Amino acid sequence: MSNYTENELAKDLENQEYKFGFVTDIESDTVPIGLNEGVIRLISSKKNEPQWLLDYRLKAYAVWQEMTEPEWAHVRYQKPDFQGISYYSAPKQTKKYESWDDVDPEMKETMKKLGISMEEQQRLTGVAVDFVMDSVSVATSFKEKLSELGIIFCSFSDAVQEHPELVQKYMGTVIPSTDNFYAALNGAVFTDGSFCYIPKGVRCPMELSTYFRINAGGTGQFERTLVVADEGAYVSYLEGCTAPQRDENQLHAAVVELIALQDAEIKYSTVQNWYPGDKEGKGGVFNFVTKRGICENNAKISWTQVETGSAVTWKYPSCILKGDHSVGEFYSVAVTNNHQQADTGTKMVHLGKNTKSTIISKGISAGKSQNSYRGLVQIHKGAHNARNFSQCDSLLMTDECGAHTFPYIECKNPSAKIEHEATTSKIGEDQLFYCMQRGISEEKAISLIVNGYCKEVLNQLPMEFAVEAQKLLAISLEGSVG
Amino acid sequence: MIKIENLHASINGKEILKGLDLEVKAGEVHAIMGPNGAGKSTLAAVLAGREDYEITAGSVTFLGKDLLDLPTEDRAREGLFLAFQYPVEIPGVSNVNFLRTALNEKRAYHNQEPISAKDFMALVREKSALVELDAKLASRAVNEGFSGGEKKRNEIFQMAMLDPKLAVLDETDSGLDIDALRIVSQGVNALKSPENASIVITHYQRLLDYIIPDVVHVLYDGKIVKSGPKELALELEERGYDWIKESL
Ligand SMILES: Nc1ncnc2c1ncn2[C@@H]1O[C@H](COP(=O)(O)OP(=O)(O)OP(=O)(O)O)[C@@H](O)[C@H]1O
Ligand SMILES: [Mg+2]
Repeated sequence: MSNYTENELAKDLENQEYKFGFVTDIESDTVPIGLNEGVIRLISSKKNEPQWLLDYRLKAYAVWQEMTEPEWAHVRYQKPDFQGISYYSAPKQTKKYESWDDVDPEMKETMKKLGISMEEQQRLTGVAVDFVMDSVSVATSFKEKLSELGIIFCSFSDAVQEHPELVQKYMGTVIPSTDNFYAALNGAVFTDGSFCYIPKGVRCPMELSTYFRINAGGTGQFERTLVVADEGAYVSYLEGCTAPQRDENQLHAAVVELIALQDAEIKYSTVQNWYPGDKEGKGGVFNFVTKRGICENNAKISWTQVETGSAVTWKYPSCILKGDHSVGEFYSVAVTNNHQQADTGTKMVHLGKNTKSTIISKGISAGKSQNSYRGLVQIHKGAHNARNFSQCDSLLMTDECGAHTFPYIECKNPSAKIEHEATTSKIGEDQLFYCMQRGISEEKAISLIVNGYCKEVLNQLPMEFAVEAQKLLAISLEGSVG
Repeated sequence: MIKIENLHASINGKEILKGLDLEVKAGEVHAIMGPNGAGKSTLAAVLAGREDYEITAGSVTFLGKDLLDLPTEDRAREGLFLAFQYPVEIPGVSNVNFLRTALNEKRAYHNQEPISAKDFMALVREKSALVELDAKLASRAVNEGFSGGEKKRNEIFQMAMLDPKLAVLDETDSGLDIDALRIVSQGVNALKSPENASIVITHYQRLLDYIIPDVVHVLYDGKIVKSGPKELALELEERGYDWIKESL
């Protein structure tokens, strides 16, 4: 007789191996480990950067040196040794691929393992993929089609070379290097990332997508993404990643800036699956990301994220609702298992009149993990008739995990309407039994229930991404069959 | 179909089933009546494989297999269906997605190909018509926000979809209005065949006007204490359970 109790479920979850763990053997060109002005100058000159960008880096470095790592998040970890990291690594082949046929077969294999066969994506889904292997973009597709519309979608480095005026105009305007410790570090040593510009009134006809991967051992990744939607433009941007299995902790400190000018809309979706560490919690990726967008009049930014990976996640995609009638949305699913720790949430800063924000956060904790939601809704003096709705739900899979909710509200305008709802529940034995009585295995039952639980968020994702996200949730939570 | 012998089951150290015997043959409908707390739902849960219960003695043979040896989901895949007294809500999971998963799990167990989307939708249409289930309910999340009666009707819809060998209906009639009662009963009767059987747990002989049982059992204090033809239900309705207690 099956006596599949929640404790056994918990055990199964602990034994869940990282299913996407593999390492691609591509020669890397790495700068010496450690961080100093010389290393920053080296990175900048390797990338053939203009003087203003080197100055930007050096200033960020100076700021960073004055800062200390933040301690307020509900996470514990061995602090990274910032002098023990190599800050730049580029695949050795410097030649860019002319066509898909020229792409290194090993890299194609990697992409296959990731389930993102580019041929298929190009043909079937109309997704233009800018694949970032370590820090240099190695394949870009659909570029021509996009450029006909005046859309720029390229690696950050290319943007620096080809569109320096746009980069210089917008870079650091939403997240200055002084913002926080990790943003400052990124400002000093960022290697590459993506740049996207949608001209006035243009609706980007396809989902733009970038897959990030950490590859060379011991190389921190400092990505920088800048998305600018000019007046009345629309873009949906997808970011997803998996990382190979590793023994030492890998630091990931990205910066993502979104700029939605008047009447523009940016949808930014992330499926994050960095290596979470083994079941003792050893060797996972540290993910300290700063993501923020700014909305001018009548603009809208919507963040959707499905977070299943990383040993430690520290991430608060935020919106500055500067313009009147602007809208900010945050939809999040964060799954933690084993010893994973996630401290994630959002900040909605209401500056303009009639601004509106929505926060839907679903936290799922399994194993011995800790899952925290931290949200700040800030209504400034001039933000008349601001509205916020927040809903933060936590689902516990075991007795040993934790869910924490830290909602902060700062309201300086009495006309604001703020609603906050929060629930915590344990996965229902009644629900599991009901499913199993219908012939559904416990594994599938959990996946069904969890996917149902996250539906509001998953519904926000573009179709093909939603499917991937559901698979990820299932992988993160299913017990091994037996 | 099913043979239960000397079944003892307890929960949290408290014995609820105390030597229960029951045999149901293919093609038969058995009704189980009995006072509140007698152990009717416990019997249903134990048969379905709810793990909170400890089986301390007895055996259950279902279609030649040792039922108690099978995990919950395999019991279902072998053809055991339980219509819950209190159906569970599963937010965000649509009824059709739920049922397609269930159906395909069952088919995989029997080495059958998954059902095609087209055949599945045809089946949904056919079976929802049978229990006059609103098409909107079929696509809504499982039982979420359903009225009490809608939940019960949904149980019978699921039963029709999964086509079980043995259905155990735990107070499916309670909470149903007169029309719903008739519709649900018609559904149950339409599914009746010489190859399947059902156990109908109820407090009201009214249901048995629609679903005519071959045998009526009285479950009292964890045991079947009296069995008889359908007239027994009428007698119980008139006289209550006291005379049975006294005759023990
Ligand atoms: N977890 C539990 N711990 C202790 N006793 C329990 C537990 N669950 C059920 N019982 C008891 O088991 C007995 C049988 O309950 P059961 O639900 O089987 O009754 P029933 O015959 O279905 O009653 P009703 O007609 O009210 O539905 C009741 O006395 C109930 O209180
Ligand atoms: Mg009962």
